[in-house]
Amino acid sequence: MKAVNFAVLALFGALLVFAASGLPDRGDPSAPLHRDTSLAGTPNAPSYYIRNAKKDAATPNMVTVILADYRGYDTMGEETVIFTAGLVCFLILRRGRKRNKEDKTS
Amino acid sequence: MREFDSDDIVILVSRTLSPFIMLFALYVVFHGHYSPGGGFQGGTMLAAAVMLIRLAAGSELARLQFPQELGTPLGAAGVFIYFGTGLAAMLGGGRFLDYAFLPLAGTAPALRSLGILLVEVGVGLAVLGILIAIFDDLLEGSGE
Repeated sequence: MKAVNFAVLALFGALLVFAASGLPDRGDPSAPLHRDTSLAGTPNAPSYYIRNAKKDAATPNMVTVILADYRGYDTMGEETVIFTAGLVCFLILRRGRKRNKEDKTS
Repeated sequence: MREFDSDDIVILVSRTLSPFIMLFALYVVFHGHYSPGGGFQGGTMLAAAVMLIRLAAGSELARLQFPQELGTPLGAAGVFIYFGTGLAAMLGGGRFLDYAFLPLAGTAPALRSLGILLVEVGVGLAVLGILIAIFDDLLEGSGE
């Protein structure tokens, strides 16, 4: 059984390496992601961001503009997720403690 | 909760280090416009500076620096700042989170820059408050 596991793992590893070898080079201007139009012929968002980020928001850091302005809804969702995680921790962990205290007093 | 015996050297070192970590965290938050950084990273570092004191001095003493009850409300305030920025843009006549319509004086790019800063501060506060709240909750839950 162990041999089968290792064989499957090795197979998936080989598949990953094979797939990664087909990716475009880093910074390759002719890569589909870096072209002005996508493969479907519509305007590509990244090239718009790179051209207009500084002009639109007077901020040199392109990543910040994308994170907080162009993709503001996404960041808002992330923040809400963190807040919800905190609330759930509060509700789950504090509830148990209170019950313990009640047990002690009664 | 377990008895916590703090060590003078550990407290001294963490007391000395903590303000510098906080200063760098504020730099990371407010310099996010020009260099890598922003609310999430800066908030995490602020929380780390506060937690360092909590780990070194125990939660009894650290409560003086940052009360336990402050964590969750601070997180809520951060989320409120984010939503409030978006709603302020709506009040100014734009769409939700369209910072160019914030009801303040200035050109559209400058207002967008300001909106990004406000939002980053909100994210930083939320991350700071919630991380410390989770830390305290876990400590409470593990005790007794």
